[in-house]
Amino acid sequence: MIRVVLPAHLKMHANVNGEVTLVIDGPVTPSSVLDALEQAYPMLRGAIRDHETKRRRAFLRFFACQQDFSHTPADGPLPDAVATGAQPFLIVGALAGG
Amino acid sequence: MGSVRVLVGTRKGAFILRSDGNRRSWSVDGPFFAGWEMYHLHGSPADPDRIYASQSSSWFGQQIQRSNDGGKTWEAVDNSFAYKGVPGTHQWYDGTPHPWEFKRVWHLEPSAKDPDTVYAGVEDAALFQSRDGGRSWEELEGLRGHGSGDHWMPGAGGMCLHTILLDPSDDKRMFVAISAAGAFRTDDAGKTWRPINKGLHSEYIPDPKAEVGHCVHRLAMHASRPNVLFMQKHWDVMRSDDSGDTWHEVSGNLPTDFGFAIDVHAHEPETIYVVPIKSDSEHFPPDGQLRVWRSRSGGHEWEALTNGLPQSNCYVNVLRDAMAVDKMDSCGVYFGTTGGQVYASADSGDTWSAIVRDLPPVLSVEVQTLP
Repeated sequence: MIRVVLPAHLKMHANVNGEVTLVIDGPVTPSSVLDALEQAYPMLRGAIRDHETKRRRAFLRFFACQQDFSHTPADGPLPDAVATGAQPFLIVGALAGG
Repeated sequence: MGSVRVLVGTRKGAFILRSDGNRRSWSVDGPFFAGWEMYHLHGSPADPDRIYASQSSSWFGQQIQRSNDGGKTWEAVDNSFAYKGVPGTHQWYDGTPHPWEFKRVWHLEPSAKDPDTVYAGVEDAALFQSRDGGRSWEELEGLRGHGSGDHWMPGAGGMCLHTILLDPSDDKRMFVAISAAGAFRTDDAGKTWRPINKGLHSEYIPDPKAEVGHCVHRLAMHASRPNVLFMQKHWDVMRSDDSGDTWHEVSGNLPTDFGFAIDVHAHEPETIYVVPIKSDSEHFPPDGQLRVWRSRSGGHEWEALTNGLPQSNCYVNVLRDAMAVDKMDSCGVYFGTTGGQVYASADSGDTWSAIVRDLPPVLSVEVQTLP
């Protein structure tokens, strides 16, 4: 079971409270996490990554286990702690704005 | 008696104001989608319970929300706006080519006849259509591809398609306006388009009488006379009596002919409203006096409407989509400000009151007149 923490705006958009839990078969990567997230919550399509290119939106970051995975390859493995659900995968909005 | 529902989009959420036909007391519901920029909400004329909303965020992109129960509940529908073909480039602020990229939906215009058909005017400027209630979107690429698209450039607010007018007498005719590009018309349901900017004069572009490049802020039309159009331009209030083929200025005695909003009285097609703003760098009313100006003669002669509006120390703006009218017997006029007030007049503008204040900056106001 994978745990994902969404930013507040997307929790509201997906109508969820707290963490989201997902089941992923196969490698646990940023791409597979987001695939599973968008499968479970279709309204999040386009909100985290571009519809077509699947590129991460510019003002979002991916953190896990106190590391920044924003710029690691989308198909690169995430830590075992994320794959086992011991640690959440954090989707975070960049700290700017009004 | 009927009732009225006012749909207010703000920088940080949407609000729905409701009143009976007297329009004296109002309920305020919201914020819906708190924290999101709500560029526009618009109810379907064919089904008043169907409301579309444009929900936008620099962080999380564009969403389209739909309500089937008059705004009580909402569902996210499709938000995939893909330009057809290879998008290419348009002019950037500095005159260099800039890739076309979708940013947000500025305006939603539901069909008068089919609640599942709705048009979306977007930034970077293009027109999209959905025929399935917002579940999928397709670009009407004839507009962007008609020939001048690569010369369009953004205004200060971005390169947005902000006005969509559907001709109630001709299903195949519609009008759009694009900031810093101008007005355009189709007579074949969006397949082909042509600029309709003859008569516009803009000193701030290389050729003041160019076919495209004029900064049109808003178009307005009365349903009973769709060949007559009114325009609030960057500078100048304009009128066309031939479906946009030619325009002439009707700014007359306005204190300044700069502004954003313009609308037409629901029952008097020669009565129009504007909110003059001091200049293109000072986006507030002259002398700090918030005044709606009304012409009952289709332009040229204007009167200031002040009763109930702040006449000192008022430095708000009224944005292009933030004015609307209802269809009650005594026409109601509504506008929202960047100071978060929504003002209403139940007597065609003679008297005004703030029906809600202290909202986030208001981006858009639409009105539904309900049976």
